[in-house]
Amino acid sequence: MNLLLPSTASSSSSLSPSALFPCYSHGFSSSSFKFSKKESRCTRKAKRTEITAKFELKPPPYPLNALEPIMSQETLEYHWGKHHRTYVDNLNRQIDGTDLDGNSLEDTVVISYNKGDILPAFNNAAQAWNHDFFWESMKPGGGGKPSGDLLKLIERDFGSFEKFLDEFKTAASTQFGSGWAWLAYKESRLDVGNAVNPLRSDEDNKLVVVKTPNAVNPLVWNYYHPLLTIDIWEHAYFIDFQNGCRNYISVFMDKLVSWEAVSLRLEQAKARIMEREEEAERKRREEEEKPTISKATPELWTQNE
Amino acid sequence: MAARALLSRRTLASVLRNDAKPLRVGFAAAAAATHSRRGLHVYTLPDLDYDYGALEPVISGEIMQLHHQKHHQTYITNYNKALEQLQSSIAKPDSSAVVKLQSAIKFNGGGHINHSIFWKNLAPAREGGGEPPKGSLGWAIDTHFGSFEALIQKVNAEGAALQGSGWVWLGLDKELKRLVVETTPNQDPLVTKGPNLVPLLGIDVWEHAYYLQYKNVRPDYLKNIWKVINWKYASEVYEKESS
Ligand SMILES: [Fe+2]
Ligand SMILES: [Fe+2]
Repeated sequence: MNLLLPSTASSSSSLSPSALFPCYSHGFSSSSFKFSKKESRCTRKAKRTEITAKFELKPPPYPLNALEPIMSQETLEYHWGKHHRTYVDNLNRQIDGTDLDGNSLEDTVVISYNKGDILPAFNNAAQAWNHDFFWESMKPGGGGKPSGDLLKLIERDFGSFEKFLDEFKTAASTQFGSGWAWLAYKESRLDVGNAVNPLRSDEDNKLVVVKTPNAVNPLVWNYYHPLLTIDIWEHAYFIDFQNGCRNYISVFMDKLVSWEAVSLRLEQAKARIMEREEEAERKRREEEEKPTISKATPELWTQNE
Repeated sequence: MAARALLSRRTLASVLRNDAKPLRVGFAAAAAATHSRRGLHVYTLPDLDYDYGALEPVISGEIMQLHHQKHHQTYITNYNKALEQLQSSIAKPDSSAVVKLQSAIKFNGGGHINHSIFWKNLAPAREGGGEPPKGSLGWAIDTHFGSFEALIQKVNAEGAALQGSGWVWLGLDKELKRLVVETTPNQDPLVTKGPNLVPLLGIDVWEHAYYLQYKNVRPDYLKNIWKVINWKYASEVYEKESS
Protein backbone atom coordinates (compact mmCIF):
# COMPACT_ATOMS: atom_id res chain seq x y z
CA MET A 1 0.00 0.00 0.00
CA ASN A 2 2.02 2.97 -1.15
CA LEU A 3 -0.49 5.30 0.44
CA LEU A 4 0.93 4.42 3.79
CA LEU A 5 4.49 5.36 2.96
CA PRO A 6 5.83 8.77 3.81
CA SER A 7 5.14 11.11 0.97
CA THR A 8 7.13 14.26 1.12
CA ALA A 9 5.33 17.11 -0.49
CA SER A 10 7.72 18.54 -2.97
CA SER A 11 6.65 20.99 -5.57
CA SER A 12 9.58 20.79 -7.88
CA SER A 13 7.86 20.41 -11.22
CA SER A 14 6.76 23.00 -13.69
CA LEU A 15 3.18 21.86 -13.24
CA SER A 16 1.55 23.78 -10.49
CA PRO A 17 0.55 20.85 -8.31
CA SER A 18 -2.01 22.45 -6.08
CA ALA A 19 -3.98 23.68 -9.06
CA LEU A 20 -5.32 20.20 -9.74
CA PHE A 21 -6.29 19.21 -6.27
CA PRO A 22 -9.45 19.14 -4.19
CA CYS A 23 -8.74 22.29 -2.25
CA TYR A 24 -8.35 24.31 -5.37
CA SER A 25 -11.46 26.19 -6.26
CA HIS A 26 -11.70 29.65 -7.68
CA GLY A 27 -14.14 32.47 -7.46
CA PHE A 28 -15.89 31.01 -4.47
CA SER A 29 -17.11 33.37 -1.85
CA SER A 30 -18.04 31.60 1.33
CA SER A 31 -20.39 34.39 2.28
CA SER A 32 -23.02 33.00 -0.03
CA PHE A 33 -23.24 29.87 2.09
CA LYS A 34 -23.75 30.93 5.65
CA PHE A 35 -25.58 28.56 7.84
CA SER A 36 -27.35 29.11 11.06
CA LYS A 37 -24.96 28.62 13.95
CA LYS A 38 -27.53 28.18 16.63
CA GLU A 39 -28.63 24.68 15.64
CA SER A 40 -27.99 22.01 18.19
CA ARG A 41 -25.53 22.23 21.04
CA CYS A 42 -23.58 19.21 21.97
CA THR A 43 -24.61 18.19 25.42
CA ARG A 44 -24.23 14.44 25.28
CA LYS A 45 -22.28 12.90 28.14
CA ALA A 46 -20.00 9.97 27.49
CA LYS A 47 -21.71 6.74 28.38
CA ARG A 48 -18.90 4.58 29.60
CA THR A 49 -20.52 2.67 32.40
CA GLU A 50 -19.92 -0.79 30.99
CA ILE A 51 -16.35 -0.13 29.87
CA THR A 52 -13.42 0.02 32.24
CA ALA A 53 -12.13 3.04 30.37
CA LYS A 54 -8.44 3.33 29.74
CA PHE A 55 -8.10 6.40 27.62
CA GLU A 56 -9.74 9.63 28.63
CA LEU A 57 -11.03 12.23 26.23
CA LYS A 58 -8.74 15.14 27.06
CA PRO A 59 -10.29 18.57 26.46
CA PRO A 60 -8.42 21.08 24.30
CA PRO A 61 -6.11 23.35 26.35
CA TYR A 62 -8.55 26.28 25.90
CA PRO A 63 -12.33 26.81 26.08
CA LEU A 64 -14.32 25.58 23.09
CA ASN A 65 -15.13 29.13 22.03
CA ALA A 66 -11.54 30.37 22.34
CA LEU A 67 -10.69 29.98 18.67
CA GLU A 68 -13.66 32.06 17.48
CA PRO A 69 -14.24 33.53 15.01
CA ILE A 70 -11.79 31.41 13.02
CA MET A 71 -12.79 28.05 14.34
CA SER A 72 -16.27 28.26 15.77
CA GLN A 73 -17.48 26.82 19.03
CA GLU A 74 -19.93 24.76 17.00
CA THR A 75 -17.04 23.16 15.10
CA LEU A 76 -15.22 22.36 18.33
CA GLU A 77 -18.38 20.97 19.90
CA TYR A 78 -18.74 18.50 17.07
CA HIS A 79 -15.10 17.93 16.27
CA TRP A 80 -13.92 17.44 19.84
CA GLY A 81 -17.22 16.60 21.53
CA LYS A 82 -18.38 14.05 18.97
CA HIS A 83 -15.71 12.96 16.48
CA HIS A 84 -12.80 12.85 18.91
CA ARG A 85 -14.97 11.33 21.64
CA THR A 86 -16.18 8.59 19.32
CA TYR A 87 -12.59 7.63 18.43
CA VAL A 88 -11.68 7.38 22.13
CA ASP A 89 -14.85 5.48 23.08
CA ASN A 90 -14.50 3.05 20.21
CA LEU A 91 -10.84 2.48 20.98
CA ASN A 92 -11.58 1.67 24.62
CA ARG A 93 -14.29 -0.73 23.54
CA GLN A 94 -12.00 -2.36 20.97
CA ILE A 95 -8.98 -2.97 23.16
CA ASP A 96 -10.85 -3.93 26.32
CA GLY A 97 -9.40 -7.26 27.43
CA THR A 98 -7.09 -7.65 24.43
CA ASP A 99 -3.29 -7.70 24.22
CA LEU A 100 -3.36 -4.01 23.36
CA ASP A 101 -4.84 -3.16 26.73
CA GLY A 102 -2.52 -1.34 29.11
CA ASN A 103 -0.24 0.40 26.62
CA SER A 104 0.20 4.14 26.27
CA LEU A 105 -1.83 5.70 23.47
CA GLU A 106 1.34 6.35 21.47
CA ASP A 107 2.44 2.71 21.81
CA THR A 108 -1.06 1.53 20.91
CA VAL A 109 -0.81 3.52 17.68
CA VAL A 110 2.54 2.01 16.74
CA ILE A 111 1.67 -1.55 17.78
CA SER A 112 -1.71 -1.56 16.03
CA TYR A 113 -0.16 -0.11 12.87
CA ASN A 114 1.65 -3.44 12.84
CA LYS A 115 4.20 -2.37 10.23
CA GLY A 116 1.49 -1.51 7.70
CA ASP A 117 -0.62 -4.63 8.17
CA ILE A 118 -2.98 -2.64 10.34
CA LEU A 119 -5.02 -4.10 13.20
CA PRO A 120 -8.67 -3.03 13.69
CA ALA A 121 -7.81 -0.70 16.61
CA PHE A 122 -5.38 1.36 14.55
CA ASN A 123 -7.82 3.87 13.09
CA ASN A 124 -9.36 4.75 16.43
CA ALA A 125 -6.05 4.80 18.28
CA ALA A 126 -4.35 6.98 15.70
CA GLN A 127 -7.31 9.33 15.38
CA ALA A 128 -7.50 9.68 19.18
CA TRP A 129 -3.81 10.56 19.25
CA ASN A 130 -3.97 12.82 16.18
CA HIS A 131 -6.78 14.90 17.63
CA ASP A 132 -5.03 15.39 21.00
CA PHE A 133 -2.02 16.52 19.03
CA PHE A 134 -4.11 18.78 16.81
CA TRP A 135 -5.83 20.61 19.69
CA GLU A 136 -2.47 21.25 21.26
CA SER A 137 -1.08 22.53 17.95
CA MET A 138 -3.39 25.55 18.21
CA LYS A 139 -3.97 28.37 20.63
CA PRO A 140 -6.13 31.49 20.71
CA GLY A 141 -4.18 34.32 19.13
CA GLY A 142 -1.69 31.93 17.56
CA GLY A 143 0.03 32.15 14.21
CA GLY A 144 2.78 34.55 13.32
CA LYS A 145 6.33 33.36 13.15
CA PRO A 146 8.31 30.93 15.32
CA SER A 147 11.54 31.99 16.95
CA GLY A 148 14.78 30.63 18.39
CA ASP A 149 16.04 27.16 17.53
CA LEU A 150 12.88 26.23 15.68
CA LEU A 151 13.09 29.19 13.32
CA LYS A 152 16.79 28.50 12.70
CA LEU A 153 16.03 24.89 11.82
CA ILE A 154 13.15 25.90 9.56
CA GLU A 155 15.42 28.31 7.73
CA ARG A 156 18.16 25.71 7.49
CA ASP A 157 15.90 22.94 6.16
CA PHE A 158 13.41 24.86 4.00
CA GLY A 159 15.41 27.93 2.99
CA SER A 160 13.10 30.39 4.69
CA PHE A 161 9.97 30.52 6.83
CA GLU A 162 7.96 31.55 3.76
CA LYS A 163 9.18 28.53 1.82
CA PHE A 164 8.22 26.30 4.71
CA LEU A 165 4.75 27.87 4.76
CA ASP A 166 4.39 27.20 1.05
CA GLU A 167 5.45 23.61 1.37
CA PHE A 168 3.19 22.97 4.34
CA LYS A 169 0.17 24.56 2.67
CA THR A 170 0.82 22.63 -0.53
CA ALA A 171 1.01 19.36 1.38
CA ALA A 172 -2.22 20.16 3.19
CA SER A 173 -4.15 21.26 0.12
CA THR A 174 -3.10 18.38 -2.13
CA GLN A 175 -4.72 15.59 -0.15
CA PHE A 176 -6.89 13.38 -2.33
CA GLY A 177 -9.28 12.71 0.51
CA SER A 178 -9.31 12.79 4.30
CA GLY A 179 -6.03 13.09 6.13
CA TRP A 180 -3.43 15.18 7.88
CA ALA A 181 -0.41 17.32 7.05
CA TRP A 182 2.57 17.43 9.39
CA LEU A 183 5.77 19.15 10.26
CA ALA A 184 8.04 16.49 11.72
CA TYR A 185 11.59 16.21 12.98
CA LYS A 186 13.18 13.32 11.15
CA GLU A 187 15.92 11.43 12.84
CA SER A 188 18.74 10.57 10.53
CA ARG A 189 19.46 6.88 10.33
CA LEU A 190 22.74 6.67 8.56
CA ASP A 191 23.57 3.50 10.45
CA VAL A 192 23.47 0.48 8.18
CA GLY A 193 23.20 -2.96 9.68
CA ASN A 194 25.80 -3.15 12.39
CA ALA A 195 27.89 -0.27 11.07
CA VAL A 196 27.35 2.79 13.19
CA ASN A 197 27.74 6.33 11.93
CA PRO A 198 30.75 7.45 13.99
CA LEU A 199 30.06 11.14 13.58
CA ARG A 200 26.42 11.37 14.48
CA SER A 201 25.26 14.82 15.32
CA ASP A 202 22.16 16.92 15.61
CA GLU A 203 22.93 18.23 12.15
CA ASP A 204 21.91 14.91 10.64
CA ASN A 205 18.33 15.31 11.82
CA LYS A 206 16.05 17.51 9.85
CA LEU A 207 12.62 19.02 9.60
CA VAL A 208 10.31 17.59 6.96
CA VAL A 209 6.75 18.21 5.77
CA VAL A 210 4.66 15.09 5.17
CA LYS A 211 1.04 14.29 4.55
CA THR A 212 -0.81 11.16 5.61
CA PRO A 213 -4.14 9.63 4.51
CA ASN A 214 -7.05 9.08 6.91
CA ALA A 215 -5.73 8.16 10.37
CA VAL A 216 -2.07 7.52 9.57
CA ASN A 217 0.49 9.65 11.40
CA PRO A 218 4.30 9.90 11.30
CA LEU A 219 4.74 7.98 14.56
CA VAL A 220 4.25 4.77 12.63
CA TRP A 221 7.37 5.26 10.54
CA ASN A 222 9.62 5.40 13.57
CA TYR A 223 12.27 8.11 13.64
CA TYR A 224 9.73 10.74 12.66
CA HIS A 225 8.89 13.03 15.55
CA PRO A 226 5.70 14.99 14.83
CA LEU A 227 5.85 18.67 15.75
CA LEU A 228 2.75 20.21 14.16
CA THR A 229 -0.37 18.96 12.44
CA ILE A 230 -3.46 20.20 10.65
CA ASP A 231 -6.59 18.08 10.31
CA ILE A 232 -7.79 18.11 6.72
CA TRP A 233 -10.77 15.87 7.08
CA GLU A 234 -13.76 17.84 5.84
CA HIS A 235 -15.31 17.78 9.34
CA ALA A 236 -12.45 20.02 10.52
CA TYR A 237 -13.53 22.96 8.40
CA PHE A 238 -16.91 22.28 6.83
CA ILE A 239 -19.05 24.26 9.26
CA ASP A 240 -16.77 27.31 9.14
CA PHE A 241 -15.36 27.21 5.62
CA GLN A 242 -17.59 24.84 3.59
CA ASN A 243 -15.45 23.87 0.59
CA GLY A 244 -12.95 26.66 1.28
CA CYS A 245 -10.25 24.27 2.34
CA ARG A 246 -7.36 26.44 1.17
CA ASN A 247 -8.73 29.35 3.10
CA TYR A 248 -8.91 27.18 6.22
CA ILE A 249 -5.32 26.06 5.79
CA SER A 250 -4.08 29.65 5.35
CA VAL A 251 -5.98 30.98 8.33
CA PHE A 252 -4.80 28.06 10.43
CA MET A 253 -1.18 28.97 9.73
CA ASP A 254 -1.76 32.73 10.11
CA LYS A 255 -3.91 32.78 13.21
CA LEU A 256 -4.05 29.46 15.05
CA VAL A 257 -0.71 27.65 15.14
CA SER A 258 0.88 27.55 18.58
CA TRP A 259 4.57 27.94 17.78
CA GLU A 260 5.30 27.56 21.50
CA ALA A 261 3.87 24.06 21.39
CA VAL A 262 5.88 23.27 18.27
CA SER A 263 9.10 24.57 19.87
CA LEU A 264 8.46 22.55 23.00
CA ARG A 265 7.88 19.42 20.93
CA LEU A 266 11.13 20.02 19.09
CA GLU A 267 12.98 20.13 22.42
CA GLN A 268 11.23 16.97 23.53
CA ALA A 269 12.08 15.25 20.26
CA LYS A 270 15.74 16.16 20.65
CA ALA A 271 15.75 14.87 24.21
CA ARG A 272 14.05 11.65 23.13
CA ILE A 273 16.55 11.12 20.35
CA MET A 274 19.42 11.63 22.77
CA GLU A 275 17.83 9.16 25.18
CA ARG A 276 17.45 6.57 22.45
CA GLU A 277 21.06 7.03 21.41
CA GLU A 278 22.34 6.67 24.94
CA GLU A 279 20.25 3.57 25.34
CA ALA A 280 21.60 2.11 22.09
CA GLU A 281 25.13 3.02 23.13
CA ARG A 282 24.65 1.34 26.49
CA LYS A 283 23.40 -1.81 24.81
CA ARG A 284 26.34 -1.85 22.44
CA ARG A 285 28.77 -1.55 25.34
CA GLU A 286 27.03 -4.36 27.19
CA GLU A 287 27.34 -6.59 24.14
CA GLU A 288 31.03 -5.82 23.84
CA GLU A 289 31.64 -6.56 27.50
CA LYS A 290 30.12 -10.00 27.26
CA PRO A 291 31.87 -11.59 24.27
CA THR A 292 32.02 -15.07 25.81
CA ILE A 293 28.30 -15.34 26.30
CA SER A 294 27.41 -14.18 22.83
CA LYS A 295 29.87 -16.71 21.41
CA ALA A 296 28.54 -19.48 23.54
CA THR A 297 25.02 -19.10 22.23
CA PRO A 298 25.67 -20.24 18.64
CA GLU A 299 27.58 -23.25 19.98
CA LEU A 300 24.55 -24.35 21.92
CA TRP A 301 22.60 -24.16 18.70
CA THR A 302 25.10 -26.38 16.90
CA GLN A 303 24.92 -28.92 19.64
CA ASN A 304 21.17 -29.01 19.45
CA GLU A 305 21.32 -29.71 15.78
CA MET B 1 -14.52 67.36 -16.23
CA ALA B 2 -18.01 66.03 -16.16
CA ALA B 3 -17.44 64.20 -19.40
CA ARG B 4 -14.33 62.63 -18.01
CA ALA B 5 -16.10 61.55 -14.87
CA LEU B 6 -18.88 60.10 -16.95
CA LEU B 7 -16.41 58.32 -19.15
CA SER B 8 -14.54 56.81 -16.26
CA ARG B 9 -17.77 55.78 -14.63
CA ARG B 10 -18.73 54.12 -17.86
CA THR B 11 -15.37 52.45 -18.11
CA LEU B 12 -15.74 51.24 -14.58
CA ALA B 13 -19.20 49.94 -15.33
CA SER B 14 -18.00 48.12 -18.38
CA VAL B 15 -15.08 46.70 -16.46
CA LEU B 16 -17.46 45.45 -13.85
CA ARG B 17 -19.76 44.04 -16.48
CA ASN B 18 -17.14 42.40 -18.58
CA ASP B 19 -14.51 41.40 -16.12
CA ALA B 20 -15.58 41.22 -12.56
CA LYS B 21 -18.60 38.99 -12.66
CA PRO B 22 -18.26 37.00 -15.85
CA LEU B 23 -14.51 36.55 -15.41
CA ARG B 24 -14.94 32.85 -15.17
CA VAL B 25 -17.27 32.71 -18.15
CA GLY B 26 -14.77 34.64 -20.23
CA PHE B 27 -11.98 32.38 -19.13
CA ALA B 28 -13.99 29.24 -19.79
CA ALA B 29 -14.96 30.47 -23.23
CA ALA B 30 -11.36 31.23 -24.10
CA ALA B 31 -10.29 27.88 -22.77
CA ALA B 32 -13.03 26.15 -24.71
CA ALA B 33 -11.88 27.75 -27.93
CA THR B 34 -8.34 26.57 -27.32
CA HIS B 35 -9.59 23.16 -26.56
CA SER B 36 -11.75 22.80 -29.57
CA ARG B 37 -8.89 23.93 -31.78
CA ARG B 38 -6.85 21.13 -30.25
CA GLY B 39 -9.81 18.78 -30.42
CA LEU B 40 -10.04 18.26 -26.68
CA HIS B 41 -13.45 17.73 -25.14
CA VAL B 42 -14.31 20.21 -22.40
CA TYR B 43 -16.42 18.76 -19.61
CA THR B 44 -19.19 20.86 -18.14
CA LEU B 45 -21.36 20.54 -15.07
CA PRO B 46 -24.41 18.39 -15.87
CA ASP B 47 -27.81 19.78 -14.83
CA LEU B 48 -29.77 18.01 -12.17
CA ASP B 49 -33.14 16.47 -13.10
CA TYR B 50 -34.69 18.02 -9.95
CA ASP B 51 -34.43 21.18 -7.85
CA TYR B 52 -31.82 21.49 -5.13
CA GLY B 53 -34.53 21.44 -2.48
CA ALA B 54 -36.48 18.55 -3.98
CA LEU B 55 -34.75 15.86 -1.92
CA GLU B 56 -35.62 17.46 1.40
CA PRO B 57 -35.84 16.48 4.18
CA VAL B 58 -33.45 13.63 3.35
CA ILE B 59 -30.80 15.89 1.77
CA SER B 60 -31.08 19.63 2.31
CA GLY B 61 -31.11 22.12 -0.53
CA GLU B 62 -27.99 23.76 0.89
CA ILE B 63 -26.03 20.53 0.72
CA MET B 64 -27.26 19.82 -2.80
CA GLN B 65 -26.36 23.28 -4.07
CA LEU B 66 -22.91 23.33 -2.50
CA HIS B 67 -22.22 19.76 -3.54
CA HIS B 68 -23.28 20.30 -7.14
CA GLN B 69 -22.15 23.87 -7.81
CA LYS B 70 -18.94 23.86 -5.82
CA HIS B 71 -17.62 20.35 -5.29
CA HIS B 72 -18.65 18.75 -8.55
CA GLN B 73 -17.73 21.92 -10.46
CA THR B 74 -14.24 21.89 -8.92
CA TYR B 75 -13.65 18.29 -10.01
CA ILE B 76 -14.69 19.23 -13.54
CA THR B 77 -12.55 22.36 -13.64
CA ASN B 78 -9.50 20.48 -12.45
CA TYR B 79 -10.20 17.50 -14.69
CA ASN B 80 -10.28 19.78 -17.73
CA LYS B 81 -7.04 21.41 -16.63
CA ALA B 82 -5.36 18.09 -16.05
CA LEU B 83 -6.43 16.85 -19.49
CA GLU B 84 -5.10 20.00 -21.08
CA GLN B 85 -1.79 19.58 -19.31
CA LEU B 86 -1.78 15.93 -20.29
CA GLN B 87 -2.20 16.82 -23.94
CA SER B 88 0.67 19.27 -23.91
CA SER B 89 2.87 16.88 -21.93
CA ILE B 90 2.21 14.19 -24.53
CA ALA B 91 2.95 16.62 -27.32
CA LYS B 92 6.23 17.78 -25.82
CA PRO B 93 6.88 14.85 -25.11
CA ASP B 94 7.46 14.80 -21.34
CA SER B 95 6.88 11.29 -20.00
CA SER B 96 7.47 12.13 -16.39
CA ALA B 97 4.86 14.89 -16.55
CA VAL B 98 2.44 12.45 -18.21
CA VAL B 99 2.91 9.92 -15.44
CA LYS B 100 2.74 12.58 -12.74
CA LEU B 101 -0.66 13.72 -14.02
CA GLN B 102 -2.24 10.30 -13.55
CA SER B 103 -3.19 10.86 -9.92
CA ALA B 104 -4.86 14.20 -10.65
CA ILE B 105 -6.73 12.66 -13.60
CA LYS B 106 -7.90 9.73 -11.52
CA PHE B 107 -8.99 11.98 -8.70
CA ASN B 108 -10.71 14.74 -10.66
CA GLY B 109 -11.96 12.53 -13.49
CA GLY B 110 -13.20 10.07 -10.87
CA GLY B 111 -14.91 12.90 -9.01
CA HIS B 112 -16.71 13.91 -12.19
CA ILE B 113 -17.73 10.34 -13.10
CA ASN B 114 -18.91 9.49 -9.60
CA HIS B 115 -20.94 12.62 -9.01
CA SER B 116 -22.57 12.40 -12.44
CA ILE B 117 -23.82 8.93 -11.51
CA PHE B 118 -24.77 10.01 -7.99
CA TRP B 119 -27.14 12.76 -9.22
CA LYS B 120 -28.87 10.18 -11.47
CA ASN B 121 -29.16 7.82 -8.53
CA LEU B 122 -31.30 10.31 -6.64
CA ALA B 123 -34.91 11.35 -7.21
CA PRO B 124 -37.50 13.20 -5.13
CA ALA B 125 -39.89 10.88 -3.33
CA ARG B 126 -42.87 12.25 -5.29
CA GLU B 127 -41.13 11.28 -8.51
CA GLY B 128 -40.53 7.71 -7.48
CA GLY B 129 -37.49 8.16 -5.27
CA GLY B 130 -37.24 5.33 -2.78
CA GLU B 131 -39.53 2.92 -4.65
CA PRO B 132 -37.82 -0.49 -4.54
CA PRO B 133 -36.60 -1.88 -7.86
CA LYS B 134 -38.93 -4.08 -9.83
CA GLY B 135 -38.28 -6.42 -12.71
CA SER B 136 -34.98 -8.09 -13.40
CA LEU B 137 -32.89 -5.96 -11.02
CA GLY B 138 -35.30 -6.70 -8.18
CA TRP B 139 -34.98 -10.42 -8.89
CA ALA B 140 -31.20 -10.22 -9.12
CA ILE B 141 -31.00 -8.43 -5.75
CA ASP B 142 -33.09 -11.15 -4.10
CA THR B 143 -30.91 -13.82 -5.69
CA HIS B 144 -27.55 -12.32 -4.71
CA PHE B 145 -28.31 -10.75 -1.35
CA GLY B 146 -31.35 -12.68 -0.09
CA SER B 147 -33.61 -9.66 -0.06
CA PHE B 148 -33.78 -5.95 -0.79
CA GLU B 149 -33.50 -5.21 2.96
CA ALA B 150 -30.38 -7.38 3.19
CA LEU B 151 -28.79 -5.37 0.37
CA ILE B 152 -29.57 -2.10 2.14
CA GLN B 153 -28.06 -3.43 5.35
CA LYS B 154 -24.91 -4.52 3.57
CA VAL B 155 -24.47 -1.18 1.80
CA ASN B 156 -25.10 0.74 5.03
CA ALA B 157 -22.62 -1.38 6.97
CA GLU B 158 -19.87 -1.06 4.37
CA GLY B 159 -20.50 2.62 3.84
CA ALA B 160 -20.36 3.32 7.56
CA ALA B 161 -17.17 1.30 7.99
CA LEU B 162 -15.33 3.09 5.18
CA GLN B 163 -12.44 5.07 6.65
CA GLY B 164 -12.21 8.70 5.61
CA SER B 165 -13.63 9.73 2.25
CA GLY B 166 -15.03 7.49 -0.44
CA TRP B 167 -17.98 5.76 -2.10
CA VAL B 168 -20.06 2.66 -1.55
CA TRP B 169 -21.39 0.97 -4.66
CA LEU B 170 -23.87 -1.54 -5.97
CA GLY B 171 -22.27 -2.79 -9.14
CA LEU B 172 -22.75 -5.39 -11.83
CA ASP B 173 -19.89 -7.68 -12.68
CA LYS B 174 -20.53 -8.14 -16.40
CA GLU B 175 -18.16 -11.07 -16.68
CA LEU B 176 -19.46 -13.12 -13.77
CA LYS B 177 -23.00 -11.81 -14.27
CA ARG B 178 -23.48 -11.02 -10.62
CA LEU B 179 -24.20 -8.08 -8.37
CA VAL B 180 -21.53 -6.83 -6.00
CA VAL B 181 -21.27 -4.32 -3.16
CA GLU B 182 -17.92 -2.54 -3.15
CA THR B 183 -16.33 0.51 -1.60
CA THR B 184 -13.72 2.78 -3.19
CA PRO B 185 -11.50 5.30 -1.41
CA ASN B 186 -11.53 9.03 -2.19
CA GLN B 187 -12.75 9.60 -5.76
CA ASP B 188 -11.70 6.27 -7.21
CA PRO B 189 -14.45 5.18 -9.60
CA LEU B 190 -15.85 1.64 -9.34
CA VAL B 191 -13.93 0.48 -12.40
CA THR B 192 -10.71 0.68 -10.34
CA LYS B 193 -12.01 -2.38 -8.45
CA GLY B 194 -12.30 -4.42 -11.60
CA PRO B 195 -12.53 -3.70 -15.33
CA ASN B 196 -15.84 -5.56 -15.66
CA LEU B 197 -17.64 -3.67 -12.95
CA VAL B 198 -20.48 -1.36 -13.97
CA PRO B 199 -21.89 1.02 -11.34
CA LEU B 200 -25.66 0.78 -10.83
CA LEU B 201 -25.77 2.83 -7.65
CA GLY B 202 -23.09 4.89 -5.94
CA ILE B 203 -23.46 6.63 -2.60
CA ASP B 204 -21.10 9.46 -1.73
CA VAL B 205 -19.85 9.07 1.83
CA TRP B 206 -17.48 12.02 1.83
CA GLU B 207 -18.28 14.23 4.79
CA HIS B 208 -19.23 17.05 2.40
CA ALA B 209 -22.17 14.92 1.23
CA TYR B 210 -23.91 14.99 4.61
CA TYR B 211 -22.02 17.08 7.16
CA LEU B 212 -24.25 20.16 7.25
CA GLN B 213 -27.21 17.99 8.11
CA TYR B 214 -26.00 14.79 9.72
CA LYS B 215 -22.67 15.97 11.19
CA ASN B 216 -20.69 13.00 12.51
CA VAL B 217 -23.57 10.54 12.16
CA ARG B 218 -22.90 8.99 8.77
CA PRO B 219 -25.08 5.93 9.52
CA ASP B 220 -28.17 8.18 9.76
CA TYR B 221 -27.40 9.70 6.38
CA LEU B 222 -27.07 6.21 4.92
CA LYS B 223 -30.26 5.06 6.59
CA ASN B 224 -32.23 8.00 5.17
CA ILE B 225 -30.82 8.19 1.67
CA TRP B 226 -32.80 5.12 0.56
CA LYS B 227 -35.92 7.30 0.64
CA VAL B 228 -34.64 9.20 -2.39
CA ILE B 229 -32.81 6.51 -4.33
CA ASN B 230 -33.85 6.39 -7.96
CA TRP B 231 -34.12 2.65 -8.65
CA LYS B 232 -35.53 3.29 -12.08
CA TYR B 233 -32.14 4.54 -13.21
CA ALA B 234 -30.29 1.60 -11.65
CA SER B 235 -32.75 -0.83 -13.31
CA GLU B 236 -32.25 0.75 -16.73
CA VAL B 237 -28.48 0.47 -16.46
CA TYR B 238 -28.80 -3.10 -15.21
CA GLU B 239 -31.07 -4.14 -18.06
CA LYS B 240 -28.86 -2.51 -20.67
CA GLU B 241 -25.63 -3.96 -19.29
CA SER B 242 -26.83 -7.47 -18.46
CA SER B 243 -28.52 -8.23 -21.76
FE1 LIG C 1 -10.78 15.51 12.83
FE1 LIG D 1 -19.23 14.46 -3.22
